Amino acid sequence: MLKIEHLAWSTPTGEEVVKDIDFELGDGKLVVVTGPNGGGKTSLAKLIAGIETPTAGRIVFDGQDISGLDVTQRAKAGIAYAFQQPVRFKGLTVRDLLELAAGGSLPEEQLCALLGQVGLCANEYIDRQMDTSLSGGESKRIEIATVLARKARLSIFDEPEAGIDLWSFSRLVETFQSLRARHTGTLLIISHQERILSIADEIIVIAGGKVRMAGPGNEILPELLAGERAARCPLGKEERK
Amino acid sequence: MNSVTAELLKLVADYKDEFDKGNFAGAYNIREDGQCAGRQSTKNITITSKTDLPGLEIHIRPGTKGETVYIPACVTHSNIDDLVYNDFFVGEGADVVIVAGCGVHSDGEEQARHNGIHRFFLEKGAHVVYREKHVGTGSGKGQRRIDPVTDVHLAEDAVLEMDTVQLGGVDRTTRKTTGVVGARAKLLVRERLLTDGEEWARTDFDVTMEGEDSGVDLISRSVARGHSHQEFNSNIRGNARCTGHSECDAILSEQGTVVAQPALEANHIDASLIHEAAIGKIAGEQLLKLRTLGLTEEEAEARIVEGFLK
Repeated sequence: MLKIEHLAWSTPTGEEVVKDIDFELGDGKLVVVTGPNGGGKTSLAKLIAGIETPTAGRIVFDGQDISGLDVTQRAKAGIAYAFQQPVRFKGLTVRDLLELAAGGSLPEEQLCALLGQVGLCANEYIDRQMDTSLSGGESKRIEIATVLARKARLSIFDEPEAGIDLWSFSRLVETFQSLRARHTGTLLIISHQERILSIADEIIVIAGGKVRMAGPGNEILPELLAGERAARCPLGKEERK
Repeated sequence: MNSVTAELLKLVADYKDEFDKGNFAGAYNIREDGQCAGRQSTKNITITSKTDLPGLEIHIRPGTKGETVYIPACVTHSNIDDLVYNDFFVGEGADVVIVAGCGVHSDGEEQARHNGIHRFFLEKGAHVVYREKHVGTGSGKGQRRIDPVTDVHLAEDAVLEMDTVQLGGVDRTTRKTTGVVGARAKLLVRERLLTDGEEWARTDFDVTMEGEDSGVDLISRSVARGHSHQEFNSNIRGNARCTGHSECDAILSEQGTVVAQPALEANHIDASLIHEAAIGKIAGEQLLKLRTLGLTEEEAEARIVEGFLK
């Protein structure tokens, strides 16, 4: 359903962050992208969502080349993207954002269900403003709920675990699992968390702007865990190959 | 009452046909082009004309609960310069809503102006929600001006919540709010302002907290579009143990300009005063977030402004 072909991207200052990335995602899969910080994972997610424009390569989504589509067009085509850093709004409530995401008004029970999936109690939150009065963890979970509300063909989550407490994180892992079980869409999750890696159908390891390893979760995860115990920094690995 | 007034009232005072039909039960006074176009008092709320100056005296009996007073004012054509002095005397323990919208319509070349000077005297423990909505309509070249002056005197434990809205159509406005806040009394002001085209708006806010544990909270949100210009001046003065907070946020769009000069003056060791101010265009990441939800850039901007001024 998503095909990335020779994708490359450089920062405006010329730093090459994504270098010739190639992979394909299957329908209804839970795919985790992992790898060292600064390796190009967030840039890759932004390229798929249309927030950044690639310097080379193609992105094909459901058979359509979407490389030339802007953010709005890609959202309409069925791509949802959860920001690593939630965006705050003075004046927009949690309900406003969830309804914008869903594309129409939502009854209380659906609002409750959406917020419940990220471990929040709806009554306390739906009429609160998405501003700095919310804690980092609360706003992060609401950000994730806005993506769940979209029921998109492809949902991208950039480090959903960041800033979330252990209990809410467990709830979130269950949510990802039940989404996959329902085959409602493909999930692309950028994460370093072993618990998220352990539920992945596929794992893609990105380092130095390239795919270093990719394959079924049950094959890649043991390698990653073994690598973690190695003395050497994983950043240099692809150079040694 | 003429049809322009009827239209303006719909915009500024939750106007319902009940006013016309005469079956509106609450207290009201409708001012049209400097004249009285309808008045009604109730058992608890008495509205009378001033004898020395144009305007009204509104007396609200102590303990009055749950009543709403409407005192809208409309200027329906150009070449009118309406000046009115309205005094509100709110009795001890009363809890009421006062709606004082103002609409100015001009289809002519001359200026149409309303200048309402409102004084509020709240007795001990009184609570008032004061709603003030300003609109300008009509296609004439004549300037539509609204220059309200609000002067607030709060006795101990009194609370005034002032909610003021002006969303376009007024060419020139200077809004002056002054106040003296007594012990444990609170003044809460919420201002929302949108200017466009060549409009010009100025807010002057000067409040003194005199009583122990008094409080002021001023929240101003504005959007300056087109070539419009806004000036925001505030001074919160603490002469006793008190808490003062002001927050002014302005969104710039197109060629709009904003000057904000907030001041705090602490004259007591236990005066705690805070000011927050932010002026700038809509943050790029906010637009981006809403675009990832499927909105176009224009839709995203409109939604952000709508929420901001809600």
